[in-house]
Parts: sequence; structure tokens; C-alpha cells
Amino acid sequence: MTPMELSTDRPLSFAERHSSKIRQWRLYVHMFSQSFSSMLGLGLVVMFLVLAAFGPWLAPYPGDTTGSIDLANRLLPPDAAHWFGTDEMGSDILSRIIVGARTSLFIGLVITGLGAGIGVPLGIIAGYKGGWLRAGIMRVTELFLAVPGLALALAIVAALGPGITNCVIALAIVWWPGYVRLVEAKTLAVKEELFVEAARSLGAKTPWILWHHILPNCMSPIIVKMSMDMGMAILAAASLGFIGLGARPPAPEWGTMISVARSYMPDWWWYSFFPGAAIFLTVLGFNLLGDGLRDILDPKSRDR
Amino acid sequence: MLTFTLRKLLALIGTMLGIAVLTFVITNIAPGDPARLVAGPNATADMVETIRKESGLDKPLVEQFAIYMGDLVTGDLGTSIVTTRPVIDELKRYAPATLELVFVALFLGVVVGVPLGMLSAVYKDGPIDHVTRIFSISGVALPAFWFGILMQLYFSVDLGWLPVSGRLPLVTRPPDFITGFLLIDSLIAGKFVTFQASLSHIILPAIVLSFPCLASILRVNRAEMIEVLQSDYIIAARAHGISAWRVVAIYALKNALLPTLAMIGLRFGWMLGSTVLVETVFDWPGVGLYAVSSALASDFKPVIGVTLLIGFFFIISNTLVDLAYAWIDPRLRSA
Repeated sequence: MTPMELSTDRPLSFAERHSSKIRQWRLYVHMFSQSFSSMLGLGLVVMFLVLAAFGPWLAPYPGDTTGSIDLANRLLPPDAAHWFGTDEMGSDILSRIIVGARTSLFIGLVITGLGAGIGVPLGIIAGYKGGWLRAGIMRVTELFLAVPGLALALAIVAALGPGITNCVIALAIVWWPGYVRLVEAKTLAVKEELFVEAARSLGAKTPWILWHHILPNCMSPIIVKMSMDMGMAILAAASLGFIGLGARPPAPEWGTMISVARSYMPDWWWYSFFPGAAIFLTVLGFNLLGDGLRDILDPKSRDR
Repeated sequence: MLTFTLRKLLALIGTMLGIAVLTFVITNIAPGDPARLVAGPNATADMVETIRKESGLDKPLVEQFAIYMGDLVTGDLGTSIVTTRPVIDELKRYAPATLELVFVALFLGVVVGVPLGMLSAVYKDGPIDHVTRIFSISGVALPAFWFGILMQLYFSVDLGWLPVSGRLPLVTRPPDFITGFLLIDSLIAGKFVTFQASLSHIILPAIVLSFPCLASILRVNRAEMIEVLQSDYIIAARAHGISAWRVVAIYALKNALLPTLAMIGLRFGWMLGSTVLVETVFDWPGVGLYAVSSALASDFKPVIGVTLLIGFFFIISNTLVDLAYAWIDPRLRSA
């Protein structure tokens, strides 16, 4: 672009105004698509999202997910009619796994959303404000991090009573401290930058600085962590379901299915095998996706 | 070093108090009635009332808290409804089984994870590196309970090599209680058959428990090794003609082990948490199984007892790691 063109009065087109942004995004897409594991992760996540969105229409036997009983077909091994076999009620396991995807995605979204929704603001405030406010927030955060998450969640579910809602509440309670620690550390680094000081000297108010300067610069690690946490939250909820404190049968939840299936071991192996494979692939997908996002968004922390 | 140690111990006591407060809050967040929670699901209204009086739940919260803390200090964690025995006695009975399992799993994680991390750093982007990368990513994503079931199906049911569950065969008399660790007690008693039996029982659950730990130790060690191997002193050592393996395994590993050590401490606590799952799959008679069966029976005191115990073990291990860190690297003592 020559200086002459720049001086014309013609309004710049969208592509011209955002040319650097577009170039940056094209680089991101290129780097992401070059990595096999990132694309595998993306593929798994997309497949899982499709199952969650269209599950009831994709499932070969949608009626089997609501607790219908067909004892003539109970515990059939995998065959052409029932790819993943049937369970003790004669329900098609494939159908139950497909419909269970929505439950798992919902659980993962709520836990991660609540965790980030509580943790990120607290982390930014703690990092930016300092003083007694920071000391207080960080003390409570460290306290929650001092008990292994699953043990703490178990105690909270035991107090609230079993059930899927209480599981989600318990896991959200143990999930937010991770975000506080991440965002606090990042904020401490960002607030020393020259552009923050410049904004402050121009008279920008604190909320404006936090929203327009600090938060955008903390976004990369938050996005990476949220992607990873989707997988880990789904895994944690399935674990509570496996223990017997999560969703109640006949709700099609993967962990709960394995919990029931355990009493049909080892002769009816497919009953516990396929729901577990679904959990594994989903968690693997979100982990690989998070890993791939980190490689392009936050290259300095690679291999960590 | 002394002031650092004292400061760390003080912080340790502070966190322990904090965890005690946290468990007290959890007991009182239940939307229902804590007395009903303690009494269990089958209690009549009269029984709930009696328990309310007996456990002082009719007193104001502040007073209840003081009583709770007093009980904790004297080691009174309440009584289990199901077994009607003091929770602290049951914890003493179950804790060694859990610790034995965690230590064996941690040992596996370090012994396999550190060398594999080292190898994949040395042969970066080679075939070994690719295999360990798949290994380490899938290790974190594997649901422990599912992996455990698969291992049982293959090694116990199909091949018949290892027992499915438990700590010892039903017909075997356990050795006298000395450390509570069957592997050690049986050796002290000189019963090699019992040692062999307990070893064959611990292998599968230990592998399942160690898998995610192994994966993250491997990843951290690999990343650190890659960084250290590029530093000047390594190049200098190589230039002096010191053999390649000596440089990697002694000169480089020493410095790469520091962050790995932190990961080991972190994973120790994480494993204490996931014993809840592994012990359920393998019917391993530890605190995790105790917590799960109590939670399913709405027996609340044992669950809180186990949470406190796991929390305390975790803080103690973190403090030990901090101290080890400072002992190795004096610069950290002022932090």
C-alpha cells in the first residue's frame, strides 16, 4: 500500500482495517492444522458436540434412553442390531452412550463456567489490588487447593446428598481456586506493563483497566485451561457417578452406567467397556485441543 | 534453613486449622438438618432429637465450632453409625493400606517416569519421544476406574496371572501389625509366601493409580531435561570430553529433577484423592473405600474424617517437598 492510497478519503474495507488481525488468525489456523494431535483433539471434540446436539435423533433406539424395559433382549453381546450390545434392561448401549453425551457436555460446561466465573474475577482483583484483599482471597484459595479435589468433592456431595445437581455444585466449589491462582499470577505480571501505567496516568478508572487491559492479556491461559478443564470436569463428574453418588439410573450418564455394569463383570464386558471408552475419548479430545491451543496462543509455556 | 523450616511448620499448622474450619463449614452447608445427617436416613424424629442434644447441635454455631475444634485436637472424630466404632480407630486401621498403595504407585511413577522422560528428551522428536508423548497424554485422560476394570478383565480374568481384588487371599492370615504395610510386615515376620501374595495383590491397583502420576512426571522431566541440555555448562562438560551418558544422567538430571520433585509432591496428594476410585474398583480396604461406603450409607462422620486425613497427609507432603527444595536450592529459602 503506497502513501497515496492511504491519503484517499475512501473508507477502508473490513479486510483492510483488520488486515493484521486476519494475518494473525491465518497463522494460528495454519499452525493448528499442521499438528496431528491438535486436529485429532478438534475432531474428537466436534464429534462429541454433534452427538450432544443431535443425540436423540442419531441414537438407533431413542426409547431405550428413558428407561424402557425389554427383557427378551437383555445383555446381548455386540452385533449388527446392537453395535455396543445391550444392558440388563435390554436397552441399546450405543443409544444410551450417544444420549449421555449431552449430560456430560452440560456438566462440563457448567462446572468450567462456574469455576472460571468465580475464579477469574477474584484472581484479577487479588492480583491488581494487592494488600489485605489479595491476602484474604489467596488464603482461601490455598485452603481449597490444600485438599485433593476429588476427596473434597466427595465430602461436599455426602453433605448435600447424592444426585447430579449436587455433584455439579460440589465440583464447581472445588474448581474455582485453580483459576484464581492462574489469573492472579498473570495479572501480577501484566499490571507492571507500560500500557497499564499509561492508561492509569490518563485517568482510566480501575474497572476500565481491568476489563480493557488486564483481562484481554490474561485470556490465552484462561482459554487453554478452560479447554483442558472441560475434559477434567467431565472425568470428575463421571468418577462421582461411578462411585454411586452422581446421576441415578436409568439416567444415561457414562460413569453411572459403568457403576451398574461392574456387577455384570466379567462375562458381560461390553457393558462397562463402551461407556468408559466414551469418557476416555472425550477427555482425550479436550486435552489435545487444549494442548494445541496452548501451542499457538501461549507458545512460551509449551511442554509444561 | 532453621528459620525457613520453622516458618514452614507454622504455615503447616495454619493450613491444618484452615482445613478443620473448611470441614466444619461443609458439615453445616447441608440444606437439611445436620442432626439428621449425623443420625442417618433411617432415624426417627426422637432419635434425631436425642442426637441433637448429645452432639450439642442445639447450641449456637460458635460454641459448636469450639467443641468441634476441641474434639479434633484430642483426636475425637466422632462415631460411625454403621459400625458404631470411633472413626479415628477405623482410620488407623485403614490408613496403612492406602499409604502402602500410594507409596508403591509413587515408586512406580518415579522409577518409570524419570528415565522415560530423560530418554524422550535425549531422543527428542524420535520414535521413543512420540510413544511417550501418546503415553503421557492418554495417561491423564484415562478414567482410573475404567482402566482398572480393563486391567482386571485382562490380567486377572483372561490371563489369570493376578488376583482380581483385595489385599490378601481370604485364607491367608495377615502378619502381625508392625508398620501396617503388608509388604514390610510379612518380610519382618519372615513369611515369604505372604509377601508374594500381597505383592501380587498390590501390582494392579498400584499400576492404575500410578498411571496419571507417571504421565505427568514424564512430561515435566522431559521438558526440564530439554531445557537443561541446551545450557552452557552441559556444552562445556561435553567439550571436556565427559562421556555422553555421564553428562545426561548425572550433570543434567540433577538440575532437571528439581521441578520434577515439585510434581511428585503434587501428584502424591492427587493420588490420595484418586485412591477413592482405585480402592473402589479393587476392593482395597483403605480409607478411600471406607469413605465411599460410608458416603453411600449416608454415614457422614467417617467421610469428614477421611477428608481431614487426606488433607493432612497432603499438606505434610507439600511441606516436606518445600523443605527438600530449599535444602537442595538455598536461593529458595528467602522466598
